[in-house]
Amino acid sequence: MDLDPVLLARLQFAFTIVFHIIFPSFTIGLAAFIATLLVRWRLTGRDHLHRLARFWTRIFAVSFAMGVVSGIVLSYQFGTNWSRFSVVVGNVIGPLLGYEVLTAFFLEATFLGIMLFGWKRVSPNVHTLSAVLVAVGTSLSAFWILAANSWMHTPTGHVVRDGIAYPVDWLAIIFNPSFPYRFSHMFTAAFLTTSLVILAVGARYRMAGRFDPEARTMMRMGLGMVALLAPLQLVIGDLHGLNTLEHQPVKVAAMEAHWDGSKPADLVLFAFPDENAEANRWTLSIPKGASLILTHDPDGKVRGLKDFPPSERPPVLPVFFAFRVMVALGLLMIAIGVIGVVLWYRGRLFDARWFLNPVQHCWPFGFIAILAGWWVTETGRQPWVAHGILRTADAVSPVTAASVLTSLILFVIIYAVVFAVGLYYINRLIVKGPEGPEPERDEGVASRPLAAATEATRHATGAEG
Amino acid sequence: MDGLAPWLPLIWAGILLVAVALYVVLDGFDLGVGILFPWAHGESERDLMMNSVAPFWDGNETWLVLGGGGLLVAFPVAFSIIMPALYLPVIVMLLALVFRGVSFEFRWIAKPHHRVWDWTFATGSTAAGFCQGLILGGLLEGVRVESNAFAGGSFDWLTPFTVLTGAGVTTGYALLGATWLIMKTEGSVAERARRQARGLLIAVIAAMGAVSLWTPFVLEHVFARWFTLPNILYLSPIPILVALTALWAWTALARGAEKSPFIASILLFLLGFFGLVVSNYPYVVPPVLTIRQAASAPESQLFMLFGVALVLPLILGYTFVVYRTFRGKVRPGEGYH
Ligand code: HDD
Ligand code: HEM
Ligand code: HEM
Repeated sequence: MDLDPVLLARLQFAFTIVFHIIFPSFTIGLAAFIATLLVRWRLTGRDHLHRLARFWTRIFAVSFAMGVVSGIVLSYQFGTNWSRFSVVVGNVIGPLLGYEVLTAFFLEATFLGIMLFGWKRVSPNVHTLSAVLVAVGTSLSAFWILAANSWMHTPTGHVVRDGIAYPVDWLAIIFNPSFPYRFSHMFTAAFLTTSLVILAVGARYRMAGRFDPEARTMMRMGLGMVALLAPLQLVIGDLHGLNTLEHQPVKVAAMEAHWDGSKPADLVLFAFPDENAEANRWTLSIPKGASLILTHDPDGKVRGLKDFPPSERPPVLPVFFAFRVMVALGLLMIAIGVIGVVLWYRGRLFDARWFLNPVQHCWPFGFIAILAGWWVTETGRQPWVAHGILRTADAVSPVTAASVLTSLILFVIIYAVVFAVGLYYINRLIVKGPEGPEPERDEGVASRPLAAATEATRHATGAEG
Repeated sequence: MDGLAPWLPLIWAGILLVAVALYVVLDGFDLGVGILFPWAHGESERDLMMNSVAPFWDGNETWLVLGGGGLLVAFPVAFSIIMPALYLPVIVMLLALVFRGVSFEFRWIAKPHHRVWDWTFATGSTAAGFCQGLILGGLLEGVRVESNAFAGGSFDWLTPFTVLTGAGVTTGYALLGATWLIMKTEGSVAERARRQARGLLIAVIAAMGAVSLWTPFVLEHVFARWFTLPNILYLSPIPILVALTALWAWTALARGAEKSPFIASILLFLLGFFGLVVSNYPYVVPPVLTIRQAASAPESQLFMLFGVALVLPLILGYTFVVYRTFRGKVRPGEGYH
């Protein structure tokens, strides 16, 4: 059997980053949510806000730990699997990742210690400040990594000498043409994802009639965010698409399954793109719709896939379908926001079971949309890993296929176990709900031995199911 | 600025060495606590051990990211040779870190069915330490390079020497862990740690001795560094300092001191680290690639240096604040769970 090391390395990268991004998608928004709860609690003194903050902090801790360990794997993978990539674009990508470590990772990892374990050791204000700093850290981290990633899509501010990219203008590198769009789109996506989870958990408690003030707060905060961000995301996404049309037209052609650039583009609602026939089957489309969206003119011309040689085209099928999954979920989120706000306005939000019942199951939507979106972006960039500079096939390490396969299998097994268990535990925490002892503050290190020990054990073992 | 350019590779080598040294010492003690986990008796002792490192492990591990990231920033060619050459130990180390990292959280939620996470915490920590030792040994022994790329086989790193360094690093971490527990806990955990620390100290000195004797006789450049005049005169303080520090650690353990054993163990680590650096300067990939040959573009090194100069003092500052916040002995039941 002949194994292709490039394919294996790609599979491994795709698998590990898909696993990783699930956690940042959630923790970026959750850190901000917890910080907001704590700030509100400091301002109003209302107890249930503190209870909620502690509840979500437990869940945050589990997700964050999984995000950290899977992230460390990724940063080393640039060397283990993509060593040519490191040589060719290392001069540019390296410092961006370096700034991420310095400005973001240390901040979040260090203050996480106080956020999780400092309830009793520091004053409530310092504790709240730590939560805010962790939230700032996660956002900074998104800023830098998306600068790196966007540069790979739309490189600027560099020169290529002897096949190696050298930085010239750092501001142009960081604020490359697709960065503002990608950053705002991903950042909004992360907040949307968290808001949906919070809304769903709130609805779940309402359905069960448990934790009343907390459930209402969660639903109000979650729904408010969804109603605000989901339409905003549509606008940002549209702008993002226009930007992509300018810089990576072939990606947009794949997203729309638009083959023939000599005619106006239809808005394909459903189809089965056939790469051999260079045409779509079973098409359901709105004539000239895509031209209208992309050029604001129903007869505007958009370059089609046939305008590019096959060796320059990305795989059409995954890009096309993933894009539809993302947009469909985006529209669904807008619908949830609109319906929820109408109910809220009429004062029926917390009792409309026909609404609560489906909404309690909508927590995965954000995650799925984010994965679909990344699938569009990254697969649509193929065959390039850094657009116009380095092809994916030329980026891999001189490592044997057997080594990559072995490690891939190990990753799949271990991540599957860790993920399944993590999800199970998070659900267990949610079932248990926002209860538990008020942490007593004791100054410095005075001992409060047995009471706390039994309390902690009781809490950890109690009321599961 | 142009005057700075020739110095950049050297400055960056210095920064990386500091990052790796900080990593080894900081994550060393929390990995060490994991390595000692199997010898603890019962749940409450393990809770205490884990809580003594729980607020710190994530920050500590970030130094590893800075080490790897810094290598990519400053010496991308070295990064692109070392990682494929040490592919399997690096991957296994990362997976081991995955397991032990999630154990911190999973173990608490799983109670009372947490035994499996005791086990993953201990094996993950031990495997991570051992793999880091393998990586160290593999680097010291050298890597096969042709036209600036790794050209060896998947198992080149597996030799008796790397197994020795693997065992050495694992024991060293265990020593750091034990002396940390002496400082941070009391009662049965601290007492056991004190007993373990003595045995571990002897083992660490033995391992350091073995590596010091082995490398010069296998590797020419190391021999030339140490055993020629006048180097031998300049460098002789290193082994002498190691002996003195070991003696200090031993007497501190014997007289029941709480902090000095930990400080002495850190010093031992730093001296050993310094010795290895001296042996291999100016190579990043001994003995084929020097720091100058592997350096990234001066623009990249300078841009990043700016960030380091600005942010690293801040990081050290707030890291210190967090350690101070959690100063003193850990008590049973401390945690947010
Ligand atoms: C949009 C956000 C985002 C994206 C696209 C990525 N990450 Fe990430 N990463 C985060 C957002 C994040 C985060 C929010 O900062 C962390 C902290 C904990 C968590 O759950 O995610 C994180 C953790 C994290 C860590 C551990 C940091 C620590 O020690 O505290 C590393 C080393 C990486 N990531 C590296 C990467 C690499 C190499 C990526 C791409 C190839 C990547 N991340 C994509
Ligand atoms: C965080 C969300 C991300 C997701 C879900 C994601 C997903 C993917 C997927 C599915 C692939 C495989 C594409 C294919 O081979 O067809 C891929 C490739 C890749 N991505 Fe991303 N990606 C993300 C972010 C990033 C970032 C931030 C970077 C770099 C800074 C990056 C760098 C790469 C590289 C180097 C490859 C491998 C080469 C390739 O196959 O194109 N990705 N990613
Ligand atoms: C509602 C309408 C939406 C539109 C029109 C839209 C549009 C787009 C476009 C055109 C891209 C590809 C950009 C490129 O690579 O050049 C993209 C990527 C992406 N989308 Fe969306 N999107 C929408 C909704 C969503 C939602 C609801 C989420 C998640 C909650 C989401 C998450 C993402 C992510 C994570 C990416 C990849 C990162 C990036 O390139 O920004 N999108 N989106």
